[in-house]
Amino acid sequence: MTEIKKVLVVDDDPDFRGQMEIMFSTRGYEVTTAPGRKEAQETFQTFVPDIAVVDLMMENDDDGFVLAYRLKKRFPDCIVIMVTNVTGETGIEFPGEDDSSGWINADAVLSKPVRFEQIEEELRKIESR
Amino acid sequence: MAEEKILTLLIVDDEAGMRAGVRRSLRHFSMEIEDTAEVIKLNVAEAASGEEAIALMEKASPDIVLLDNKMGGITGLEVLQWINEKDLDLMAIMITAYASIETAITATKEGAYDFLPKPFTPAELKVSVRQAAAHLVALRQSRELEREKKRVRFQFISVLAHELKAPLAAIEGYLYLLRDGTGLDDPAVYDRVVARSLLRLSGMRKLIYDLLDLTRLESGQKRRELTDVDVLDCARNSMETMEPDADRRGITISLESSVEEVVITADSGEIEIIFNNLISNAVKYNRDNGSVIVKIENERKLVRISVSDTGIGMSGEEMEKLFGEFVRIKNSKTRNILGSGLGLSIMKKIASLYNGNVTVDSTPDVGSTFTVTLGKKI
Repeated sequence: MTEIKKVLVVDDDPDFRGQMEIMFSTRGYEVTTAPGRKEAQETFQTFVPDIAVVDLMMENDDDGFVLAYRLKKRFPDCIVIMVTNVTGETGIEFPGEDDSSGWINADAVLSKPVRFEQIEEELRKIESR
Repeated sequence: MAEEKILTLLIVDDEAGMRAGVRRSLRHFSMEIEDTAEVIKLNVAEAASGEEAIALMEKASPDIVLLDNKMGGITGLEVLQWINEKDLDLMAIMITAYASIETAITATKEGAYDFLPKPFTPAELKVSVRQAAAHLVALRQSRELEREKKRVRFQFISVLAHELKAPLAAIEGYLYLLRDGTGLDDPAVYDRVVARSLLRLSGMRKLIYDLLDLTRLESGQKRRELTDVDVLDCARNSMETMEPDADRRGITISLESSVEEVVITADSGEIEIIFNNLISNAVKYNRDNGSVIVKIENERKLVRISVSDTGIGMSGEEMEKLFGEFVRIKNSKTRNILGSGLGLSIMKKIASLYNGNVTVDSTPDVGSTFTVTLGKKI
């Protein structure tokens, strides 16, 4: 039997958090959510995530970057998926999976609104690498 | 002190004496622009032919060009045409030896600002240059203003689009959940999906209504019906409207006033908007089991409405930010509170219609007091 995978969802939008929680938990994942970077870091002691879905802009515009960096440092095997509204609002394109600069510590970057199928697709791609 | 601004004037003439004369006449040129308290000075450059003028203007566009028409080589009119093609931001004054009507008409078509028929006196020259400079400065100012207006409009629409996109994305997410039937065998999940969707929809509707209120107020299109309005009555109505929301969280709302009625000439809809905004905010940003005090003070020339809460409060920095359009204070205490971010803008607009204003006083974790003053005579 495979081990139950653990997912950390960090977003200041309670609806997005709730939807991700329902999606992941009905698919058999164990889910913990946090509304911000600080709260997410507090879970590090007790929760070892296999996957983290992290919003880029929360209380501070760069919370997602900082959190992704800390997640990767603490849990090097954790898959980090960054979700963001930034492209739609500012027109700034973020380097996605083919990011060669390495300045985003995420395995995938998805633009909101994000469909759950997109996340599943990214996970499949990353896990088969 | 007045700010000095230097404009470049290029004199294009094949007669050296003419160029020297113009330079001499404009040496001490100085004029003040009243609107901006700017002092305009001139920096004079010379070109001895049309070809030389074009070579100079290709490097840097002057602000004013004095252009002789009859020159060896290309004519002044041809230089003017070149300026037009390049769409240079400058004022051209044509110097014509014989003020012929044809030259005048052609030059006007090509966008010359003024004419100086030869021979002209230093005084005539200065008057013409002065007018051209004033016109140029005014033109650039209005262009700058137009740009600023466009920028503000763009920013407003960008933020508005974001504020409308956020609830749409949330509702869309819930609909996908319903479509896929994910987790819906749990009735608690089903209830939450429906309740949150409805809540986000009502937030969106509130934003649209607020936006319409704001637009009507700003455009002055809203018909105002001015009648005798009892401010205390409006306060009581609004308190009643907000009561269910307050009750649910154990918040009490009370009214304090030293008089039984305060009648002012007003549009009752506007006064209602003010109370609804003040009281609903005081409830929204309150703690559970807190209190809201609505206080009405009747002064000689104005009515002072203040609404205090026992809520999360704000820092000084947050208070400064608060009065912008769509500004919502984003921190761990506010992230579950929905709002359009337009309430204060609307209140400010309304208060200004009554020669009043909106102020705030707040202490983090203690509470906030918003005060609106309304003049009795409008």
